[in-house]
Amino acid sequence: MPVLTMRDALNQALREEMKRDESVFLLGEDIGLYDGSFKVTRGLMKEFGEKRVLDTPIAEEIIVGAAIGAAMSGLRPVAEMMTVNFIMVAMDQVVNAAAHIRYMFGGGTKVPLVIRTPGGGGHQLGAQHSHSHENWFAHVPGLKVVAPGTPADAKGMLKSAIRDDNPVMFIENEGTYAVKGEVPDGEHLVPLDKNDVKRQGDDITICAHSRMLIVAMDAATELEKEGISAEVVDMRALRPLDMMPVIESVKKTSRLITVEEGWRSYGVGAEIASRVYEEAFDYLDAPVARIGAAEVPAPYNKRLEKIAFPGKADVVVTAKALLGKN
Amino acid sequence: MKVEQRPAESKSPATLSDKATLLKLHREMLLVRRFEEKTAEMYQAAKIGGFCHLNIGEEATIVGTISSLRPDDYVYSTYREHGHAIAKGIEPNAVMAELFGKETGTSHGRGGSMHLFSQEHRFYGGYAIVGQALPIACGTGYSITYRERDEVVMSIFGDGATNIGAFHESLNVAKLWHLPIVFVCVNNLYGMGTAVNRASAVTEIWKKACAYNMTGERVDGMDVLAVRRITDQLVEQARAKHEPSLLECVTYRYRGHSMSDPDTYRGKDEIKEWQGRDPILTLGDHLKQQKLLTDQEIQKIDEEVTAEVEAAVKFAEESPEPDPKELFRDVYAEAGAA
Repeated sequence: MPVLTMRDALNQALREEMKRDESVFLLGEDIGLYDGSFKVTRGLMKEFGEKRVLDTPIAEEIIVGAAIGAAMSGLRPVAEMMTVNFIMVAMDQVVNAAAHIRYMFGGGTKVPLVIRTPGGGGHQLGAQHSHSHENWFAHVPGLKVVAPGTPADAKGMLKSAIRDDNPVMFIENEGTYAVKGEVPDGEHLVPLDKNDVKRQGDDITICAHSRMLIVAMDAATELEKEGISAEVVDMRALRPLDMMPVIESVKKTSRLITVEEGWRSYGVGAEIASRVYEEAFDYLDAPVARIGAAEVPAPYNKRLEKIAFPGKADVVVTAKALLGKN
Repeated sequence: MKVEQRPAESKSPATLSDKATLLKLHREMLLVRRFEEKTAEMYQAAKIGGFCHLNIGEEATIVGTISSLRPDDYVYSTYREHGHAIAKGIEPNAVMAELFGKETGTSHGRGGSMHLFSQEHRFYGGYAIVGQALPIACGTGYSITYRERDEVVMSIFGDGATNIGAFHESLNVAKLWHLPIVFVCVNNLYGMGTAVNRASAVTEIWKKACAYNMTGERVDGMDVLAVRRITDQLVEQARAKHEPSLLECVTYRYRGHSMSDPDTYRGKDEIKEWQGRDPILTLGDHLKQQKLLTDQEIQKIDEEVTAEVEAAVKFAEESPEPDPKELFRDVYAEAGAA
């Protein structure tokens, strides 16, 4: 199987879907002539032309709004927000419009729209370029939210998102674009509503999505050296949230750690923990442990930034503590 | 506020000397008026919930602009949109039923007064966030150019919307991308309770088009023939040349911002003065002078549209409520949904 970076896997998905369906078009800031801020759209304007790869002004509200209108009028837009931090400018369009239009108009129309946007920190970009906000969107009925952590899932979920008839928030991560992995050629579809056990284990369950999936997998490898068998559940499908693999895993391991790159308060881990308490409380031998970013705006200083975001060591230490092995 | 009329470079199209068109404009304005009066009555009788914003006074602007469109053209509107929906061809029955929250309403009772919609009539929705629908209308405009069609989008909003960023972002890309859009600003002189001159540095809204090198026009929004004439030109410009425009229609709402507005921010004299220029009476007088209608005929038309509105109320009253088991219907589109 070919090995691709996350960036190239996403690019392949876009290219394949644009070839397959003429109603698919891309719009965003510097995605065409400039080849994309993170080069995910590299070469696509050259291949498909300016109509299908539309460079926009730096005006997030018009990007998302126009994508909604196009989606209601027969097209399948894929909008790129350069980073998830910038989407705050367009939140009215995302939440009040994209998410609610179908319902508030009684099912009279649909909004087959994908918004791709990377979050994540670790590049000394400070408080306005480094955060993760997928939980904000996962709160909203009417949106679908996915956050793949492997190149194969990135390709397969992006293709599924483009074919879906609903607004899909497709959360990427700046720190994973160069990550490599095997990616199936051609038609490879991954469902938007299925989470996935990425590593089998018996002693403890670790839930993570996006870049934190990689952190969790690394932590599991390290824990294995210390005789701890960790199961890693990829929470790539955040809304609708597929809890089945987590519940099944917790029934086996009785211990759960959630890992997310954003702040813990009102976060993804909070939701997962709550559902585990509701559905599998009796199986737990310890409280659910949540790992997330320090509750500060992302600092610029390299050392401060490193301790502000969760890493492998946090997961290893927490796992050992939950198992009473520190 | 005194309206300084900027003469539009209009040549009177033949359609306006056409009796059928004149009568249609008159009848539609009267229908909207009677519908809204009945809506107020039903709101006071607690048959209608939520917020309720009426179009009374604005009929010339509504009918003068929308009647210029083809059935396959698109309209995006605001939360003050009952008249817009009716002018675009949606049956009063379905509009009233939506106000009543019934399953037979335009949005199956999920939307209400502020969220009317009809795919069939290309009435692409009432939106209740000021300025929100302009970017969305641009997306439909882009879709039209993308698919090489010749439809036009009419994006209707109030004067209050012209101070928000979305308005400016939309005018910019409409011109930049040559979108077939007519932006219609219903300048009724107040954004909720705040007068235009207390909210906008530029009180002649049409001038805001200049910043985007776009055609801007201002018209007396109480004169349905003037509104229709200029709209015909701008719609044609959008359709044939893919050149967008901004049309400011200066008009007035006789009632408060919504049914719950005590209307303390404007003088009674001002309201009276505008009512003295009533668009329906003005056109009626014109038609009588032209010997196209008699008082008796106007009376008869009034009785007919009043009966139509009464029938809409009856339809709404007798329609079923949405089934509670269907609370979650249409949160998401299932695969293959329309």
